[in-house]
Amino acid sequence: MANVRVPAMLRPTVGGERVVDAEGATLRELIDNVDRRHPGFAGQLLETDGAQRRFVNIYVNDEDIRYLNGLDTPVETGDVISILPAVAGGN
Amino acid sequence: MSSTANNVNGTSSGSNGTVKGTALSLDQARRYARHIILPEVGSIGQRKLLASKVLLIGAGGLGSPAALYLAAAGVGRVGVVDYDVVDLSNLHRQIIHGHANIGRPKVDSVRERLADVNPDVEVVTFNEPISSANAFDIIKGFDVVVNGSDNFPTRYLVNDACYLLGKPLVDGTLFRFEGRANVFLPGQGCYRCLFPAPPPPGAVPSCAEAGVLGAMCGVIGTIQAVETIKLLLDLGEPLVNRLLLFDSLSMEFREVRIPRDPECPLCGDNPTIHELIDYEAFCGAPVTALG
Repeated sequence: MANVRVPAMLRPTVGGERVVDAEGATLRELIDNVDRRHPGFAGQLLETDGAQRRFVNIYVNDEDIRYLNGLDTPVETGDVISILPAVAGGN
Repeated sequence: MSSTANNVNGTSSGSNGTVKGTALSLDQARRYARHIILPEVGSIGQRKLLASKVLLIGAGGLGSPAALYLAAAGVGRVGVVDYDVVDLSNLHRQIIHGHANIGRPKVDSVRERLADVNPDVEVVTFNEPISSANAFDIIKGFDVVVNGSDNFPTRYLVNDACYLLGKPLVDGTLFRFEGRANVFLPGQGCYRCLFPAPPPPGAVPSCAEAGVLGAMCGVIGTIQAVETIKLLLDLGEPLVNRLLLFDSLSMEFREVRIPRDPECPLCGDNPTIHELIDYEAFCGAPVTALG
């Protein structure tokens, strides 16, 4: 069971939760599992072809998965998954 | 711009733009006493701050506290780029502006407020949009750039210009009850390493659309001021290759690593971007008012 930190921008897709627990051997499996419970979640992170959206970063234990194994990055019990969409607001 | 201030194009005010190599006056020794007593700052550090030049992109939520603290700290020249006017809806968070300034250019409000905070500071204002046509001219005269912009075209533009000019960029963003801050040092990663591509127009709501807790601006903008002073004085460990995440609802600070991307088209091993581009076309969105 991993711990997914959901940013404010994506909370509407998970019923307003700030933290979601999820299972999955890889990040892709984990996202699919969250999406089954919260339809629309995966669409916020992935393109229609299943690739990671380039303006949404995903971190496993503070490491950007683009520098690990992408969506095939293994996920272990207790891992913390952080999702960071690009935001522009500074005003 | 209506006049030229030293080597920086812009409108300026202030009485003491350059004090490098000069002793502090008695008033300055009193004003900065609690800086000077810090061994990490001292008289030399304070004089270094007085000789420093920092540019703020945007005089809004982040730019307000950053400008106030940098001016109060005695940063000798503070530049501000913003072409917006003060609006009533700004005042719950943009603490540099007051009710009496509604309808006035933000840069005018900033100049007057900073002159009152610290007459040592020379304020250089740019009441115009920053663009590929003027970014180099605006940025080149400053030591550090603080980003408080509110749109993606400007974020990519400022990132690229700072990297190409070799200027440190102190970044910050806000969204509802959350904020982020980090420092990009040329050659050690950039905004394109963090987010290789902007979101499609409309995919990510702005602060105007999503809302922001006003006091969040103080947290992140002040962190940007702290990081800027650390860079100017070469103190501590700046937020380089680290993205600081602040969630005010859980009152939690966390960090994630943001390495330089060897594939980055700007600062990677085989860069393809060597000059400023059309950022509105790149982002598919117009540059909106800053701050």
